[in-house]
Amino acid sequence: MSATPILMAAAVAVPLVAAPLSLHRAWAGAVALAAGVGTTAAAIGLVLAVARDGAVRHALGGWPAPLGIVWNLDGLAAILLATAALVALPVAVFATASLPREHLGREAHRFWPPFLFLWAGLNALFLSGDVFNIYVALELVSLAAVMLVTLEGRAAALAAGLRYLLVAQAGALTYLLGVAFLYARHGTLDVGLLTAAAAVGDMPTTVAAVLMTGGLFAKAALFPLHAWLPPAHGSAPAPASALLSGLVVMAAAYVILRLWFDVFAAVGGAPLRQGLGALGAAGVIWGSLLALSQRRLKAVIAYSTTAQMGYLLLAIPLAAPAADWSADPWAGAIMLAVAHAFAKAAMFLATGLIIQATGQDRIGSMRGVARRMPVTAYAIGVAGLTLMGLPPSGGFAAKWLLLRAAWSDGQWWWVLVLLGGGLLAAAYVFRIIGPAFSHSKARKRQPPRPLEWIALGMAAASLLMGLAAMPLVAVLARSGGGA
Amino acid sequence: MTSALLYAGAGVVLFAVALLALFLRRHLLRKLMAANIAGSGVFLFLLGTAADGDAPPDPVPQAMVLTGIVVTVSVTAYGVALLRRFADETGRDTLTEDGGGP
Repeated sequence: MSATPILMAAAVAVPLVAAPLSLHRAWAGAVALAAGVGTTAAAIGLVLAVARDGAVRHALGGWPAPLGIVWNLDGLAAILLATAALVALPVAVFATASLPREHLGREAHRFWPPFLFLWAGLNALFLSGDVFNIYVALELVSLAAVMLVTLEGRAAALAAGLRYLLVAQAGALTYLLGVAFLYARHGTLDVGLLTAAAAVGDMPTTVAAVLMTGGLFAKAALFPLHAWLPPAHGSAPAPASALLSGLVVMAAAYVILRLWFDVFAAVGGAPLRQGLGALGAAGVIWGSLLALSQRRLKAVIAYSTTAQMGYLLLAIPLAAPAADWSADPWAGAIMLAVAHAFAKAAMFLATGLIIQATGQDRIGSMRGVARRMPVTAYAIGVAGLTLMGLPPSGGFAAKWLLLRAAWSDGQWWWVLVLLGGGLLAAAYVFRIIGPAFSHSKARKRQPPRPLEWIALGMAAASLLMGLAAMPLVAVLARSGGGA
Repeated sequence: MTSALLYAGAGVVLFAVALLALFLRRHLLRKLMAANIAGSGVFLFLLGTAADGDAPPDPVPQAMVLTGIVVTVSVTAYGVALLRRFADETGRDTLTEDGGGP
């Protein structure tokens, strides 16, 4: 009996128990930070455990599937747990100092319960080994995410939150109908058993694949169901935007990859897979063009999220049958998701500081930032390198893996998407970083220095991830089988 | 078997109609109710597939429906609270000024 199941339980239970405790006005921040440290320790322990012992399955309370809840910890789950922790903990530290300075002011303590519920939901999602528990975890994540969007309580934020709630609910129910089809056809909800049962992609399985993927498209803001994202991510306070854009969207996209890797491996054949890749490519191009045409800083970064999520879908047409998670296209997609989580969180934190300093959410607010707030300007620039995919960033390593897969498989058209998307990303990143070097006489309130360094630290993590690509792929290789 | 199939088919139709209403209706309360009815459609489908001739029904879809109801109640309660706050704040019952769009 190892400590691994206890760590798995802790990764979900610690934030879940801390969430109602953080309703207490005075203790909220302290409770959340303590829970955050504990959850992060559990997540890192789980990565080490998987690297040492391989994948683990654990039936909660000793109740086996199908009525019990079975958790599945493989290399991919461990990496995403660690990503969530290493993004959420710095964001929490940032939030304790930054939220009272934002619009929330004295109401800053209201950030913590949804923050902790969100973290618990994400961890439960990554550990879920069956398609129904994935639905429940996704709903917990979405509800907490809507609460974060509506924190400031202004009309624009409430409207964005309501739209987000309705789209997320439509997506969740569509996904659930797909789950019902899968269960009716195969009599199991377990991802491992479904993979074995669905080895022949028959009609009900294909219907389930279309329903579940469509529902997840809405939750992941993938093209063409992305319109809700920019207003939602743009109206939240900066630390909330960082979590929403970095982690929440990635979580829904992760489920798509998990399903198409395992359960739907035999579904549809080339046309359906090429179609999903084409939707991803359209998202990359269209999201980038929209990012280029925005006037508000936060809107540029939010549209960039839609563009970056599009890349993840490219793994589906490129994947060879019976590959494992460390194969080029899958490893590339996961690395992109992880690098994007750090880079996008860094960008939202940094723009949050700039908006605080100037009081305005406009690209013009960037003027003079390089001189007055050099660390913040660096954070945006360094995070931008990952979005563009320049070496040695995590974005570069990820795109390199995807490029290699596309090239070796003779699917050259994806190479054009990868290169074109990088150029467009360069254009919108330069559009916001360019004015930073111009001269400005406008007075700026200097934000606390440590906050600037948190943003830069997260940007640096996304940049240096390219150098840690090999260990990451080694942990991913601990996935295979799972059953 | 046929009556179970009828329930399952009706569930899918209900879901489709409600999903359409969710996107076409402008009044926010109607949208929320449409989401609820779409959920009921999915639950009806699940229960229809749980039946198995004269044998006792499969408990797993029933457990899924119970969990689904809890989730849907929470989402609806939060949605109504949000809607109330939105209406108090803006005096509107639709998301856009002209009432168009999802």
